[in-house]
Amino acid sequence: MSDVREVIIIGSGPTGYTAAVYTARANLAPLLFTGAVEAGGALMNTTEVENFPGFPEGIMGPDLMMNMRAQAERFGAELVEEDVVEVDLTGPIKVVKDANGDEYRAKAVILAMGSGYRRLGVPGEDRLSGKGVSWCATCDGFFFRNKGIAVIGGGDSAVEEATFLSRFGETVTMIVRRDALRASKIMAARAEADPKISIVWDSVVETINGDNTVSSITVRNVKTDETTELPVQGVFVAIGHDPRSALVRGQVDLDDAGYVLVKPGSQETNLPGVFAAGDLVDHTYRQAITAAGTGCAAALDAERYLASLGDVTAAEGLAAALANL
Amino acid sequence: MGAVPAVTDASFDQDVLKSSKPVLVDYWADWCTPCKQIAPIIEELAAEHGDKITFVKLDTNDNTAVPTQYGIMSIPTLQLFVDGQVATQIVGARSKGAILKALDAYL
Repeated sequence: MSDVREVIIIGSGPTGYTAAVYTARANLAPLLFTGAVEAGGALMNTTEVENFPGFPEGIMGPDLMMNMRAQAERFGAELVEEDVVEVDLTGPIKVVKDANGDEYRAKAVILAMGSGYRRLGVPGEDRLSGKGVSWCATCDGFFFRNKGIAVIGGGDSAVEEATFLSRFGETVTMIVRRDALRASKIMAARAEADPKISIVWDSVVETINGDNTVSSITVRNVKTDETTELPVQGVFVAIGHDPRSALVRGQVDLDDAGYVLVKPGSQETNLPGVFAAGDLVDHTYRQAITAAGTGCAAALDAERYLASLGDVTAAEGLAAALANL
Repeated sequence: MGAVPAVTDASFDQDVLKSSKPVLVDYWADWCTPCKQIAPIIEELAAEHGDKITFVKLDTNDNTAVPTQYGIMSIPTLQLFVDGQVATQIVGARSKGAILKALDAYL
């Protein structure tokens, strides 16, 4: 592939697909890498999404993502179902290489790789992964019918997992680091009202125990330093996410936590022609709708950049998009 | 795309354990999104390598005895059976390249 495209988008969550809808409608024929196995991003592993505006009855996460994908394809976005393994973003022509070894070139790149599950980093976690330790309640909850289940974390996703798992497990115990749930009030109320869910406050997991499968977790109270062993067969980890910025580390400026830094009031990175949006950038909001919103902003920034290079199509596309406002 | 036939608790002994050829079992369920994401990859592998390995799928919702016996607690899980024994196992959705690498010794 020697031809130079206008724009390449890496990532297929709400950010990537929204950027694709905008750049495709601007006739920039975007090429979007969905990833080899995770097309659609984090929302593919969720159930009901109740807070995405426009769906008063809620919508299933996977359906929402399939709709976004169809909308991007409708306007001519080209999708490649591969992982990107290497990039060179420093020059005026950006080079993106996929897992097949194919190289693609473009004048602008929008980074939308999102975030990955954060691991606990405790003994037993890796060894017992898939043997009781899980990151996907909707996938694996079924295997823990009438078993003891622990959910680690106190945010919205932890509460969502706990309430989902309570239909399977005999007991569901949430291990929460602080003395309150970080989850939104409506979600927290749901967990507190569920008779199967109990909450262990001010506590962290020290080790996950078991020979071939999980048999218990050791929990430490952070205020008293007291440790207790809780017998469970399933451990669902929902302690948040880390940005997937390893691909661009060393080229694009990152903050201490690994999030891509963008200039205030824009989605521009330190490199001309390279834009970033969504959970890769955002450690504050991290919602589907904010990811989509910043994906739109990154697309408009990319169109403005391409127009500044003398790209007539981009200039017309940008003018048309802004005229719709 | 290669066909990936279904096996069940009842047919597992005959179709998998007694097979003279290595058999890759794809444990899945219809509520599992990552399972759906790797299904087309398994179909491609079946088309490309069906001469060396038999690719089958087992619905863990309808069949619970085999998943329990083989310790399945997370799906998707892929298990390769050679002469009735689990020779290698992959837990979680992986790319085609990663699955091929894990099966390399049997291709």
